[in-house]
Amino acid sequence: MSGPPAHVAPLGGWSRWQRSWWYHAVVYAQTWRGSVAGAVLFPFLFLVAMGVGVGHLVAHHVGTVGGESYLDFLAPSLLATTAMQLGSDESLWPVLGAIKWVRTYHAAAATPLEPEDVFVGKLSWVLTRGLATSVIYTAVIGIFGALHSWWALTLPLVGGLVTVAFAAPLITWAARAQSDGPFVTYYRFATVPMFLFSATFYPVSAYPAALRPLVQIAPLYHGVALARAAASGHAQLGAIGAHVAVLAAMTVVGVVLGRRAMRRRLVD
Amino acid sequence: MSERGEGEAAVVVARGLTKRFGDFVAVRGIDVTVRAGESFGFLGPNGAGKTSTMRMVSAVSRPSGGELTIFGLDPRTRGPEIRARLGVVPQEDTLELELSVRWNLEIFGRYFDLPRALIRQRTQDLLEFVQLADRADSRVDDLSGGMRRRLTIARALINQPEILILDEPTTGLDPQARHLVWDRLYRLKREGVTLIITTHYMDEAEQLCDRLVVMDHGTIVAAGTPRELIDAHATREVVELRFDDDEGDLNTLRDGGRVARLGDLAERVEVLPDRVLLYVDDGDVVLSAVHGAGIVPASALVRRSSLEDVFLRLTGRTLVE
Ligand SMILES: Nc1ncnc2c1ncn2[C@@H]1O[C@H](COP(=O)(O)OP(=O)(O)O)[C@@H](O)[C@H]1O
Ligand SMILES: [Mg+2]
Repeated sequence: MSGPPAHVAPLGGWSRWQRSWWYHAVVYAQTWRGSVAGAVLFPFLFLVAMGVGVGHLVAHHVGTVGGESYLDFLAPSLLATTAMQLGSDESLWPVLGAIKWVRTYHAAAATPLEPEDVFVGKLSWVLTRGLATSVIYTAVIGIFGALHSWWALTLPLVGGLVTVAFAAPLITWAARAQSDGPFVTYYRFATVPMFLFSATFYPVSAYPAALRPLVQIAPLYHGVALARAAASGHAQLGAIGAHVAVLAAMTVVGVVLGRRAMRRRLVD
Repeated sequence: MSERGEGEAAVVVARGLTKRFGDFVAVRGIDVTVRAGESFGFLGPNGAGKTSTMRMVSAVSRPSGGELTIFGLDPRTRGPEIRARLGVVPQEDTLELELSVRWNLEIFGRYFDLPRALIRQRTQDLLEFVQLADRADSRVDDLSGGMRRRLTIARALINQPEILILDEPTTGLDPQARHLVWDRLYRLKREGVTLIITTHYMDEAEQLCDRLVVMDHGTIVAAGTPRELIDAHATREVVELRFDDDEGDLNTLRDGGRVARLGDLAERVEVLPDRVLLYVDDGDVVLSAVHGAGIVPASALVRRSSLEDVFLRLTGRTLVE
């Protein structure tokens, strides 16, 4: 055995996963090329074009969507789809890149961090972004007058939950992936259809009865339904429980498998 | 094997250390002891299993078999604690390319949970040490290969490690950049940092290592100080002969009976694709004898034996193809 280290450094007191969270935050802060104005502008323009513009047509020809104005119906689904998008964009290429191309996760694994810390640090950073973005979107939706209940204050939590429900399994996938080819397929055949058909733009009742179960198994459907319930304040407790359970289950399964996948990938 | 610093504590002990990837065995039960304060080398060609060994010794990759202790601790259960006391320069730099030099060090300091003020101070000192102080705010993307390598070394020193593990520290660098890296490594060694280095350059191994093992196909084929290895496996001097194209051809040499005649002059003859090596005690004497025997090489060179010759002797192949 060697003696005690010559220089025992004082410690900063951060837990290991928090150090990985901080790393992801620094990389984001240092490389983000957008602007806060841009981040607010997109939902604003979307709600003007779709909510107000299309909403006008809807009001003229159909009236309401299940008793709500089209803007009220649409705005919460924008928050949920954005959360899904964020949870996906952050989790596939950036993770495979950090493992395979620039290998910065390998660099982290050579420090006191464990692979599990890298996984949790990444996921918690994506959650941070999901929450922050959802706060902005909630505020914008509020400005459009599409919030009708104090439950709307839980919208950022809904956004956060949707973000991690996608991010946890997708980071896991990226940690096991050998190439990014299948990611493109995933976007084309999962993300885009979900964006379009998860009762995002029209209610599930608009589908033929035979197709409805297909819509309802889409993970995004549950996020959209939750967000809509929070914004309007109208919902059955049982339905809320089911939606939360689906998204929470995706998160938990993702975390359990992802921690293992990251270890297998980084220590071999 | 004579052990320089024999009284020093063993900081890395491997017995029968093995690494398998599926059916493939990359490291085949090696025994190694590294002592505090020494500079220990793994010399071997590409694919010898050096990186696989380094990753186990870095307490990252799990051994598939055998025993390994680092600072007397088991890396399977005490990984974070061990890694807190190591510095690792991996074969590839693994730097954050889009971030500045300073941020790369700051992230690593944070990984070791150092307080910010201490990170700042060490960053300054380390950048001066590796001569990058004037590039502190450059993006890593904009640095040359040699600068990146030095930054990776600085990064590995942020926690003031007791052991610095370097996997091919100068591969791909030009001679000037290599000498700068070597110079910094000497200084660290003088300060008492234990160095574990892999390389496929025999000059690097001779320059930097107190003791080394020669690795090939996942096994250790020889161990000792550079001097001991050369004494044991090569002669004092080597005469290198190059022949004109067709004459240098192995068959032409054999047909002419020249290999046999050269063999009479030397302890051992190695015929390589581009040259013939004569292992001898006194090169000048033998070279005159070669001329005296009526053999006229296109060029001839007398040099001291090196680890390259040791490797050739032990494996029948050259280190760098
Ligand atoms: N993750 C891996 N999976 C499968 N084979 C591997 C892996 N890493 C290394 N190898 C194989 O193990 C052997 C030794 O590799 P390595 O340790 O990188 O040698 P060196 O560093 O001496 O060039 C090589 O044949 C290499 O292809
Ligand atoms: Mg290698």
